[in-house]
Amino acid sequence: MGSRASTLLREEEIEEIKKETGFSHSQITRLYSRFTSLDKGENGTLSREDFQRIPELAINPLGDRIINAFFPEGEDQVNFKGFMRTLAHFRPIEDNEKNKNLPATEPLNSRTNKLLFAFRLYDLDRDDKISRDELLQVLEKVDVEQKMSIRFLH
Amino acid sequence: MENLWYVAGTIFQLWMFVVVFFIMLPAMFGLSLGVTEVYIQVLVKILEWATLRIQRGRQEQPSAPMPLHTGIIERVGGSMEEEMWQLRCSQPEAAGAFCLSDGVYFCKKGLESIVEDQVTQRFSSEELASWNLLTRTNQNFYYISLRLTIIWGLGVFVRYCVLLPFRIALASTGISWLVIGTYVVGFLPESSAKNWLSELVHLTCYRICARGLSATIHYHNKKNRPQKGGICVANHTTPIDVVILANDGCYAMVGQTHGGLLGILQKSMVRSCPHVWFERSEMKDRNTVTRRLRHHIAAKTKLPILIFPEGTCVNNTSVMMFKKGSFEIGGTIYPVAIKYDRRFGDAFWNSSKYNMVSYLLRTMTSWAIVVNVWYLPPMIIQDGEDAAQFANRVKSVIAHQGGLLDLAWDGGLKRCKVKDSLREEQQKMYSNIIVGQNHVRTTKTCSETREDQ
Repeated sequence: MGSRASTLLREEEIEEIKKETGFSHSQITRLYSRFTSLDKGENGTLSREDFQRIPELAINPLGDRIINAFFPEGEDQVNFKGFMRTLAHFRPIEDNEKNKNLPATEPLNSRTNKLLFAFRLYDLDRDDKISRDELLQVLEKVDVEQKMSIRFLH
Repeated sequence: MENLWYVAGTIFQLWMFVVVFFIMLPAMFGLSLGVTEVYIQVLVKILEWATLRIQRGRQEQPSAPMPLHTGIIERVGGSMEEEMWQLRCSQPEAAGAFCLSDGVYFCKKGLESIVEDQVTQRFSSEELASWNLLTRTNQNFYYISLRLTIIWGLGVFVRYCVLLPFRIALASTGISWLVIGTYVVGFLPESSAKNWLSELVHLTCYRICARGLSATIHYHNKKNRPQKGGICVANHTTPIDVVILANDGCYAMVGQTHGGLLGILQKSMVRSCPHVWFERSEMKDRNTVTRRLRHHIAAKTKLPILIFPEGTCVNNTSVMMFKKGSFEIGGTIYPVAIKYDRRFGDAFWNSSKYNMVSYLLRTMTSWAIVVNVWYLPPMIIQDGEDAAQFANRVKSVIAHQGGLLDLAWDGGLKRCKVKDSLREEQQKMYSNIIVGQNHVRTTKTCSETREDQ
């Protein structure tokens, strides 16, 4: 399992993902290992069935909506870049990042983007039917930076 | 042409000589010549050297691969109740009703399980802490040093060209002698002599098979060995578990009748001592199965039954749910914990990835099989306990002894989807939190809670 992971992911790809998501080199290789283990069809992409095979996700009441968050509009497969982009929302916000000179686009794990992710969970058919203001008002008092962050190990 | 036959004949005679005197006779008496022990000690030294070399190499070249055996994420946070309480802290008026921020808890839990979950990792081989010089666990380690590469290359030669043919020959000898021996013993009338002879044949042949895998087995607490009329339960990692346990005692196997070579083996084995083989149709009927097994142990003179309640092979890092069927039969349960040492070779049979033949080839080309077997004190079902609770009790005893994680998840999840009832349980738990038993909590203010923590 291990040997495939490190040979199929090229250094340039790792660099690209690092820049876009902010994950470290070792975190990316580990998450790639996880991606390949979920990819039963071995075609480099994950389908909804691959996610549903995870029992802890299958019993989660919001399981289906979380899976949907990985798939862009109208698509049925997600590649590793898309996988990482979605996971990047859950990276903790570190202090040293607040001062970094990032390009015009906001980092994926900023508070705003975390809130956008949470909003999309409720907006299942993506037609803005739930009042955004209402959600933001409710989440204003929630410590989104902490509650929507997962501690990735190095 | 004649010369070829002559040579083949001589080789065969030599081989028989080696097997009979160096392997079969010691096996009959349960002795060992000590060759495997020396081999294992040499291996341990080499692997330790390799570990140090890799660590040194990693310091010199920071881009060298790192072992991936620790977790990917750190999970903090408590139960659903605690987390929900924290999320709703800021909105006391939301108590008793759904609140939009509740979704954040499920969202995080879901993402955590996508990155790393407790179940799917049990159905594939565990990652090693350090490279054990096998190609299959390699992650570009052999670029670290020339000496490491040479030793690895030597290892490949030794394993494939020296050990593999020897092991295959030994294992086939063991199995064919088992078939012939049990067939012959089957001709005897029922008597204690027949039982003794049958045990001898079984033990000897299983020991020969174990030698064919270079298996080193350490048995602990032999005084708790399963007795006649009892049921032996163990955690299941590979079909080789049967060989490992049968090296030290005779068991009545339970299983489905197969065709082909395995079927021949089953038919001759049952001639010499009563194993319990079921037709495929019978296996589906739980009552038939339970009745036959109960009948078997009621006659206290029959060999203990060997059952693997997990129902499937798991990767030896955890023990998954024990199916309660085995615990409804009655009788004394003798738990056994089996733990394989992964450094010398991975014994786990990933049946979705490898079929039996490729699995056996992989096992025979590993360094060795080193395994610890702990016999645990017998257990019986207690008053007021149902079969499922008893099963869980036995499971946690085995997990504790073997240093394995005790999971409540069903091993059947390897192939099937999770039951809807488990999802409903989660939903029920959540609704209880909103509506049900937590009125008391709402009277506490948030600042008080934080001080407690």
